[in-house]
Amino acid sequence: MGVLALQGDVREHAAALRRVGVTVVLVKRPEQLEGLSAIVLPGGESTTLSMLLESSRILEPLSAWVNAGRPTLGTCAGLVMLASNIEDGRADQAKLSGLGITVRRNGFGRQRFSFETSVEIPSLGSPMEAVFIRAPRIVDVEQGTEILGVLETEAGAEAVCVQKGNIVGCSFHPELTDDVRIHQLLVDIARCA
Amino acid sequence: MSTDAIIPSSRTTGTVRVKRGLADMLRGGVIMDVVNPMQAKIAEDAGAVAVMALERVPSDIRRDGGVARMSDPEMIVEIQAAVSIPVMAKARIGHFAEAQILASLDVDYIDESEVLTPADEANHIDKWNFDVPFVCGATNLGEALRRISEGACMIRSKGEAGTGNVVEAVRHLRSIMGDIKKIGVADEVELYQWAKELRAPLELIQEIAETGSLPVPMFCAGGIATPADASLVMQLGAEACFVGSGIFKSSQPEIMARAIVEATTHYEDASVVAKVSTGLGEAMKGLELATLETRLAERGW
Repeated sequence: MGVLALQGDVREHAAALRRVGVTVVLVKRPEQLEGLSAIVLPGGESTTLSMLLESSRILEPLSAWVNAGRPTLGTCAGLVMLASNIEDGRADQAKLSGLGITVRRNGFGRQRFSFETSVEIPSLGSPMEAVFIRAPRIVDVEQGTEILGVLETEAGAEAVCVQKGNIVGCSFHPELTDDVRIHQLLVDIARCA
Repeated sequence: MSTDAIIPSSRTTGTVRVKRGLADMLRGGVIMDVVNPMQAKIAEDAGAVAVMALERVPSDIRRDGGVARMSDPEMIVEIQAAVSIPVMAKARIGHFAEAQILASLDVDYIDESEVLTPADEANHIDKWNFDVPFVCGATNLGEALRRISEGACMIRSKGEAGTGNVVEAVRHLRSIMGDIKKIGVADEVELYQWAKELRAPLELIQEIAETGSLPVPMFCAGGIATPADASLVMQLGAEACFVGSGIFKSSQPEIMARAIVEATTHYEDASVVAKVSTGLGEAMKGLELATLETRLAERGW
């Protein structure tokens, strides 16, 4: 499996994948996508990643990958890149549209409001520890995209983990905790795909 | 940025994981010094992962002399409004009141920085007291670990800010990375001696022995002026670059900024670094270390 390694918390994702028994390729060049069974788009700065995807000529093959519905996991900035609509982003920001969602960048506020909590992901069993860092908010989920996990807020339950076909996205960082269930989910998806 | 932030029913803010986590997200990126919203936009357009808002870049602080202090809050707020990437700002060493002001402005990271004139000759800020994370400079591993024990969540090698001369950054990086390697092969008894020698907490030395790396992300600052400099420090083990005067003191800041961003990502691919190094115009002029009146890296203890 590949981890997009242009910028961000690449190391943590690679470590999580290795913990579930996966051989990891750090992807910095377009040809490295060939032969992969799944790809992870890590946390980082989505505007930076967007620019680097283009300059590294990975944007086009990655768009084709996502359009074909191949196994993909995006966390935080990775979720932003997978969205079909981005609020508070840059106009020229890359949008892969693998998930039918609208995200609002930094929708939980600046770093001082970054937080840890637990989220409910019923299909994966017990609640999951979750770290949100200048996290995007999923403000709309279209038909065809399934809500896997929610966060209880003062304004009601809110989607924080979604899936459409073989593509999964989280607004939090499963790679920053020891819980590898989201990475295992990607392995299971890739096995069936 | 929208301000209708939603509040989770239960949450814990300001944890070590959340504070170090933002530093993890900045890895492989470039953090650029900016002095106004226009420069901040240029930095964001070029792919900076964050900007450092300050009144004067280090080379101007060096030229002008006088006491260098925290920036005007109005300027920081204007820069926050201009960009969507994280905004950092500098407080003087030991000046916890400046840090409190920066925290109240919701800056994303506070740099307790030797580039400003120190406010306390013995004590650094107790950084555990803040929900906002701190980055601190270090010239060697002992200094880095003392800062981490005070709560710093990111370390940057100091280099010599405002010189455009990478030699000190290389010295500091090599010193830090070299000692980490040596601790990695030390036996348990030797770790006590390392703790004594580095004047650093034993637990942190033991953690390095176990993991082979610093407990927090290790970035590089102070003297990076070209894409080749960025590639050099990344190959020496830095996980991201701070670029101060190097961008906006060059002849074509937009192009230089973008070139350094690409070189930081593709640091091990010389053909990419060669490509982005082409046609950059003039890099900042730079200073020979022997001519300096003030060594900023000597501030902090």
